[in-house]
Amino acid sequence: MMYKSHVLICGGPECTKSGIAEINKQFERLLREKSLENEVKILKTDCFGLCEKGPIVVVYPEGTIYSEVTPDDIKQIVEEHLVNGRIVKELTLGGKEAKEALKGLEEVPFFKHQLRIALRNCGVINPESIDEYIAKDGYRALGKALTEMTPSEVIETMKKSGLRGRGGAGFPTGLKWEFASKAQSEQKYVCCNADEGDPGAFMDRSILEGDPHSLIEAMAIAGYAIGADQGYIYVRAEYPIAVSRLNIAIEQARNYGLLGKNIFGTDFNFDLELRLGAGAFVCGEETALMTSIEGKRGEPRPRPPFPANKGLWQKPTILNNVETYANVPVIILKGPEWFSSIGTEKSKGTKVFAVGGKINNTGLVEIPMGTTLHEVIYDIGGGIPNGKKFKAAQTGGPSGGCIPAKHINTPIDYDNLLSLGSMMGSGGLIVMDEDTCMVDIAKFFLEFTVDESCGKCPPCRIGTKRMYEILERITEGKGEDGDIEKLETLAKNISVSSLCGLGQTAPNPVLSTLRYFRDEYEAHIRDRRCPAGVCKALLRYVIEEDKCKGCGLCARNCPVNAITGELKKPYKIDSDICIKCGACMEVCKFGAVSKKA
Amino acid sequence: MKSLSELDIIRKRALNELNLHDKPDRIRIVVGMATCGIAAGAEPVMKAFVDELERRNIDNVHVTKTGCIGVCRLEPIADVINAKGEKITYVNLDEKKARRIVVEHLINGRPVSEYTAGKAES
Repeated sequence: MMYKSHVLICGGPECTKSGIAEINKQFERLLREKSLENEVKILKTDCFGLCEKGPIVVVYPEGTIYSEVTPDDIKQIVEEHLVNGRIVKELTLGGKEAKEALKGLEEVPFFKHQLRIALRNCGVINPESIDEYIAKDGYRALGKALTEMTPSEVIETMKKSGLRGRGGAGFPTGLKWEFASKAQSEQKYVCCNADEGDPGAFMDRSILEGDPHSLIEAMAIAGYAIGADQGYIYVRAEYPIAVSRLNIAIEQARNYGLLGKNIFGTDFNFDLELRLGAGAFVCGEETALMTSIEGKRGEPRPRPPFPANKGLWQKPTILNNVETYANVPVIILKGPEWFSSIGTEKSKGTKVFAVGGKINNTGLVEIPMGTTLHEVIYDIGGGIPNGKKFKAAQTGGPSGGCIPAKHINTPIDYDNLLSLGSMMGSGGLIVMDEDTCMVDIAKFFLEFTVDESCGKCPPCRIGTKRMYEILERITEGKGEDGDIEKLETLAKNISVSSLCGLGQTAPNPVLSTLRYFRDEYEAHIRDRRCPAGVCKALLRYVIEEDKCKGCGLCARNCPVNAITGELKKPYKIDSDICIKCGACMEVCKFGAVSKKA
Repeated sequence: MKSLSELDIIRKRALNELNLHDKPDRIRIVVGMATCGIAAGAEPVMKAFVDELERRNIDNVHVTKTGCIGVCRLEPIADVINAKGEKITYVNLDEKKARRIVVEHLINGRPVSEYTAGKAES
């Protein structure tokens, strides 16, 4: 019998896994329906080698390759190709790739799992055009609040929405506003913390640069809610583009009468000013930030009194973070029920994370609360590069902690992160693979807090330094029995006795790594070994005799002449002289030099 | 700003401008110009777009800037958006690529598929 066409279905292991049986069945059924079973022959073949694009179906005599075939595609292939002889271009390998290339950024996996509320306008509108912001419903929330709502209705809306502070501690925003609105004073202030300082975090910068008007609008709404007519944005001077776009935006808002007197024809007045921070991490702490706005040295002070009662210049003040404010106009417009329908029971809405470290797709992502770490790292982030294993994720910056692989399926929200010994923080998310030494990571963050401690209170000033010294010793292979216990005691004392959040949370990176990776600390101290092979002092470079060809290249490149040997015979490294620079390993063409932990 | 209706007038005008409603042949090029974009070289890319359009006397294309879309690793990024709202996103741009996009996409109407986000992310 002569067949008109042959349908080759890949029976390789990858395609079989992705549902070839169902595709086969569909073909058989449809061919029978069209009475083509005597004209078209179905053949199961071996792997075509296109596993990445499988399941693969090839139709002869044309030799058309259909890729990523689903059972739903079969009808089209049978009816158009086999019956009418027209190749279904959009289902072919080339056709799909061309279509793939032209699909929008929103359709790639990195964006598909995101929900953009705070970042709604970032990368969409021109941040230097107030008209484009207004086109995207900008300033309508302010208009609605001023003309249709009372201040207490605004506060009630914020409370009902369940929005919590995005800067770190996660205090309910509506409650904060309520405290300030109840405080009696002639003068009140609205402040914005745009002093983003966590290493690796840049979500606030993105909003300041990409959507400055959302911040202005939200601050005006806050001013109306608590009865303030003046606001300050405390932004770090290291963000020059943010500063310039904020200045442009404030000027445009004034020109449109959206800042100034009698906004929207009401008797509400509000204006904004910028204050530039000089790059002190402690100025992200609320009392230190306000002291700095006052023109004094940025140091925290004891609370209470809380800023809601005595803040800037001793007047009732609210301070919120940039991302918190960016949510406000949307909540006013779409209603608190809409917002609180997103997220988990106690954490509503979305959170922006700056995803970095050992991950394929770095960048800014905004996800609904309750998304798991696994989804962020694998579905959005595209997994760990070079096939390495995921070890831990660090959230919350220098105040946060590490979440180990066994908790990767925990839904991300304020309370879950806290119970895992980390925190939401401002939203830095650093992914670490198996090559990361957890003691070294703890040391890195502690070094940061030692540098940034303002020095006002001894527990933070002296205590963190002592902890750092112990960690330094451990990573140098000079750890002693009892060091872990000393770290724990210091950590406890520092967290309970420090004046402000910086000191209180500074031991967290050590505590959380001790909680999940105590064995690594023990290996450093007891066995003088760094399991991840990071801590230089604990490493040894060795030449494997059977791989060494005796070319001498390593010896010629060693800066301290630690390598000796004769040509054509295996060379040796003298570990007493070796400074562990790694030059020998880099130049060796035979992979004979290796690091031993 | 005296009332919500006044805001609404501005909103409608701006929306028309943005969506090119009355101008079916208009095209917008939107270049990512946040810190990440600029650090990756968005300024010369934007200049190249403007310059190439000028050199070829193309006046139906408006070049503008935007903030960070979140994929800083693919910057410089530019969107080419037509009046139907169809958008092609180009990534990892440089001056040369920008000039090629003007010629092939804007003049000849063939998107340069090798520079697109879909290509880079597939």
